[in-house]
Amino acid sequence: MRSTYSVLVENNPGVLARVAGLFSRRGYNIDSLSVSRTDDPSISRMTIVVEGEKAVLEQVAKQLRKLVDVIRVHDITDEPHVDRELVLIKVNADSGTRGDIMQIVEIFRGRIVDVGEYTSIVEVTGDEGKINAIENALKPFGIMELVRTGKVAMQRGIQTVLVED
Amino acid sequence: MLTGGQILIECLKNEGVDVVFGYPGGAVLPIYDALYDSDILHVLTRHEQAAAHAADGYARATGRPGVCLATSGPGATNLVTGIATAAMDSVPMVAITGQVPTTLIGKDAFQEADITGITLPITKHNYLVRDVNELPRIVKEAFYIATTGRPGPVLIDIPRDVSAAKTEYRDPGPIGLRGYMPRLAGEPARIAAAAKLIAQAKRPVIYAGGGVINSGAAEYLKKLAETIMAPVAVTLMGIGCLPGDHPLFLGMLGMHGARYTNYAVNECDLLLAVGVRFDDRVTGKVESFASHAKVIHIDIDPAEFGKNVPVDISIAGDVRTVLVDLIKNLTCNPDPAWQEKIALWKKEYPLDYSREGLRPQAVIRELSDTLQGRRYRVTTEVGQNQMWAAQHFCITRPRSFISSGGLGTMGYGFPAAIGVQVACPDELVFDIAGDGSIQMNIQELTTAVNYRLPVNVAILNNGYLGMVRQWQELFYNRRYSQTELLNPDFVKVAEAFGAEGIRVEKIAEVGPALEQAIASSRPVVLDFIVEREENVMPIVPPGEAISRMLG
Repeated sequence: MRSTYSVLVENNPGVLARVAGLFSRRGYNIDSLSVSRTDDPSISRMTIVVEGEKAVLEQVAKQLRKLVDVIRVHDITDEPHVDRELVLIKVNADSGTRGDIMQIVEIFRGRIVDVGEYTSIVEVTGDEGKINAIENALKPFGIMELVRTGKVAMQRGIQTVLVED
Repeated sequence: MLTGGQILIECLKNEGVDVVFGYPGGAVLPIYDALYDSDILHVLTRHEQAAAHAADGYARATGRPGVCLATSGPGATNLVTGIATAAMDSVPMVAITGQVPTTLIGKDAFQEADITGITLPITKHNYLVRDVNELPRIVKEAFYIATTGRPGPVLIDIPRDVSAAKTEYRDPGPIGLRGYMPRLAGEPARIAAAAKLIAQAKRPVIYAGGGVINSGAAEYLKKLAETIMAPVAVTLMGIGCLPGDHPLFLGMLGMHGARYTNYAVNECDLLLAVGVRFDDRVTGKVESFASHAKVIHIDIDPAEFGKNVPVDISIAGDVRTVLVDLIKNLTCNPDPAWQEKIALWKKEYPLDYSREGLRPQAVIRELSDTLQGRRYRVTTEVGQNQMWAAQHFCITRPRSFISSGGLGTMGYGFPAAIGVQVACPDELVFDIAGDGSIQMNIQELTTAVNYRLPVNVAILNNGYLGMVRQWQELFYNRRYSQTELLNPDFVKVAEAFGAEGIRVEKIAEVGPALEQAIASSRPVVLDFIVEREENVMPIVPPGEAISRMLG
């Protein structure tokens, strides 16, 4: 099973180490983790995707809640939500292939954000499946470098994961 | 204007701290300078590890947070074993360490260690104080976190420039921790469901642990047991939560539980788990543990529910608060057949031992008998001495059996006994030790002598690391690899430290030696030369069901 947690934490030094340390010492598998501060500068939000059996996933949420710097943990996996990742892919590109690459990028509604003599950087936003698909589509041209943000997610409609819900 | 060190002392006083166990050093000089003018008693141990264990013993004996203090680098890392011990056994402790000046942090400065990083997994929470103005808030939060909810150690790391900096002391005001709100009361619906399950049970067993003692629930546990006539099996941490001479007391369960205890757990149809965490030393093979039983689990820490064993009803809350509510809901028809069955097991499989020679169990029993009717506290080291004490000592009240359970820290008992004696100056304190364990913190004899603490150490001396030797005998074909010990003369050692030493080689000498130790106003080391290859029995082999015991 795979679960996506939206986690609010105090924006304190060391909070990421606390969360990462918890995962490593209890042997939980992080699929992806993204973290940044929210509109309230004292609070950061982590979106954590974890792989494991049901009992393990329950433990993950409970153990996270035990950390003093963790304010809220909400499992949004089964609730309607939007999730997105952003990827930057530096791909080999010369005058012969640039046109084909641009066509693929267009299909995925991505953008070319840098053009060099032999390379292009492609930026695409989407869910995991879409990101995997464009990665595969660009592979034949030769991917030089790739960076993904990891998943960020938000519930649809009026549902929120805030300090006080 | 006060220095950070002076502010720290003010904060400690506000928290009601009357004693600190510690060891000075460069990075804590401003703190020790402030201590010099304060009424707080400082006990100088001879090793920082002992300071942590002494603070732990103080906390377990009183229920109040223990405080230890050490310098940066090696001082701080020497606390680590003591902090981990407290974390595993949910002991309220505040550990204060010095740190190199903020400008040198991260530069591999002299005596620098990243102690907040090192103690991340073994503290409930920790702090690095970067600004002296934050100190009052941090100290207040640290004590609050250490003592509420599931108790545990909290570390505060204070750089030397922070403890030296001067500022106005300001009260931090109320605590605002939005990520930490321990709940006390159990959900009424769950309590009602539990009461219903209890009413249906024919063969209930209560499995009680340290949570009962931590929450001050012993009185209510007794009431619960008597209301539903359920026998009470205890964990090592739960010893003392029901008097050892109570008719419903089953003693310790698990790896070294008595046969009747483990049989009762194995055959019960309802397991009422109270303030426990289903540790592997308790459950043995998890799939077979109380496999015919519905399980009700009451604990302050919801993360314990279903961690090791699936439960039918879980009630999160303070054990005492939950028990008070639960007892109100109970109506019960105890089944006399269950009581009779347990009585039969008790008769058929008593915890017995040979009467030949000087047996360690006999020493424990004699000590137990000698202390009944007096105010006493017992600490233990780790290994055979600990298990024999758990099996054979009749403990009649909470907080009087003090032992390192989860971490199993050799060298714990003696410094813990020092902390206990500081907390309870009018009581008799005995550390039940092995000849291996006692040597892990034997330097603390100086501390005991220094502060006129009449702590007694009963060494069950078999010249082996007995528990490891026992496993080598039973599971490694008697290949005694590195377990036979060359020991010093413990009587002479005691005398050299300024304590008293008594050697005991015959059973008839045990009683008089104990009386001599009790009468002495000095620390006494009793060197009991016991049968060398006595085993702790019964024993559940590793990975086995707890009903399948040897011995």
